[in-house]
Amino acid sequence: MTDMLLLDDSEPFDAPSPAVKLGKRPSRNRSPRAVRYVFRFLVVGYLFMVVAWPVSLVAKQTFAHGLSSIREALDDPLVTSALRLTAYVSVVAVIINLVFGVGMSLILVRRRFPGRRILSALIDLPLSVSPVVVGLALVLTYNRRDGFFGKTLEAHGYKILFANPGIIMATVFVSLPLMIREIVPVLEEIGTDQEQAARSLGASPMQTFRRITLPSIKWAVVYGVVLSLARALGEFGAVKIVAGNVAGKTQTATLIVEQTYQDFHQDTAYATSFMLAFVAVACIVVVTIIRPKEHV
Amino acid sequence: MSIEVRNVNKKFGDFVALDDVSVNIPTGQLTALLGPSGGGKSTLLRIIAGLEFADTGLVEIEGQDVTHLPPQKRNVGFVFQHYAAFKHMSVARNVAFGIEIRKRPKAEVKARVAELLALVHLTQFADRLPGQLSGGQRQRMALARALAVEPTVLLLDEPFGALDSKVRKELRDWLRRLHDEVSVTTVLVTHDQDEALEVADEIVVINDGRIEQIGTPDQLYDAPANEFVMGFLGPVTRLRGQLVRPHDLEMFAADPGGSAVGTITRVNRVGFEVRVELTAGDEAVLVTMTRTHYHALGLDVGATAWVRPAAGAPTVGNPARNPVADPISEPVPG
Repeated sequence: MTDMLLLDDSEPFDAPSPAVKLGKRPSRNRSPRAVRYVFRFLVVGYLFMVVAWPVSLVAKQTFAHGLSSIREALDDPLVTSALRLTAYVSVVAVIINLVFGVGMSLILVRRRFPGRRILSALIDLPLSVSPVVVGLALVLTYNRRDGFFGKTLEAHGYKILFANPGIIMATVFVSLPLMIREIVPVLEEIGTDQEQAARSLGASPMQTFRRITLPSIKWAVVYGVVLSLARALGEFGAVKIVAGNVAGKTQTATLIVEQTYQDFHQDTAYATSFMLAFVAVACIVVVTIIRPKEHV
Repeated sequence: MSIEVRNVNKKFGDFVALDDVSVNIPTGQLTALLGPSGGGKSTLLRIIAGLEFADTGLVEIEGQDVTHLPPQKRNVGFVFQHYAAFKHMSVARNVAFGIEIRKRPKAEVKARVAELLALVHLTQFADRLPGQLSGGQRQRMALARALAVEPTVLLLDEPFGALDSKVRKELRDWLRRLHDEVSVTTVLVTHDQDEALEVADEIVVINDGRIEQIGTPDQLYDAPANEFVMGFLGPVTRLRGQLVRPHDLEMFAADPGGSAVGTITRVNRVGFEVRVELTAGDEAVLVTMTRTHYHALGLDVGATAWVRPAAGAPTVGNPARNPVADPISEPVPG
């Protein structure tokens, strides 16, 4: 067995090619300096005008009188109940998305069945259809007078529309694609080799999922959770239609922003908007920081 | 018989991957499934492992019918061409995977992993991630991982296919010695005839979803069952309608009797070997010989030469009735 030792270190990793060693790079990769600066200016300028500046104005308005407008908003029982409702709805929606998102992604990537491509296209539907349409669709399905499910459910005492279940459904509907579109590419990339290896080593399907698949898609799932949470916090159109906007009961944070703004309580509107935006941005920032570099 | 495959059929859509395949793989031996890409050999291996299921037919491992068992219940070790390393686990955790699944005590897992890592010479890499290993090291890790569960059979699917030729050759030698040491029934899929001839006790040649021949490397090489087997095991040429190996042909400057006659059209020297092409009748015949032998003949391009198979050389196919040498009809145009 002694001569086998030569196996260990005799395989060099890819050595850098001579061109790289000499520090020469193909010149066509380098555009003139002026052009590069123009491009950078365009990108930064665009992001500033469209995203950074408007959002910073909200923050500026919120803190125009120090913390007073935030404090004022949090003293308003309608605002706090709306925030609580949004938090509740978002968390429930994200949990539902987590379960169904991972499951649907696995089915889409790992199974071959008739209609798979149609299902894949349907999942993107909420992203392409206006949330208002989603809201109307839910109303048509679940209203208590002639809704397809609405009548039966109502008869058994389940209230969907103008209640929490409706709000949660609308939120799930609009945010599910974000979860699935994060997970699917990662599942496709890791392939089935590792899962098959685990199966051949004696792991059951559940053990394989828990020990191999889940750790491999962990960061996609985390990012999907964050994105769909951000989307859930900010959903307006679909929720507005199905919630009924009963202050203190079915009024979510985005709905109270609209209402207070229209009632000339701009300070409260800005403060609530700021809090919503802050939570969403904070989630994304935290995940970006803790996410390992190679998964970017 | 350790693995018995009986009348297995497998289709992917319209494509027939395996067509009524039956084979017995003996216990403790290293058997190679050899054949061209898309010939069905990997499918057969995956059916033995339970990663695919046969449409019809039967698979037995050590007398147990496993045809419908999922892979985790077959106690096989499987090694993939692209390693299938668990990327998020250290080398030691990779190797430990199968044993941990079986809920063995911690101390036993640790001892077994240490033993296996020593066996594949990866002890000092135990805490690394697979991404930090070279291809050959990753494949040895995969082998240790498969051996960890003490499989009844070890199945290797083109295990060295993704490695460069030098590493491939080293690992091939190493695998043979490892097998002599561990002596678990091993099935190796390969499209590389040298690999099969070098490491296998027995070779199963598979083409177009059918078994062409089963035998030891010597049997296959000395008595190929058909043109396909002979052609797949190394270079061949055709003389008077028969398939024969170019190095089994003897060439003469004068008629020795019983030979075909032709005109030398091309001479190509590669290292110690000289490859002579000649046109005999409507056949282009290739003859290889050592450089010394070639010079002793004193022939060059354009010269007339006589060729015949050496005594006892394996040939395949019926000899064409024609041509004992007929110098008058020479040279053949074109």
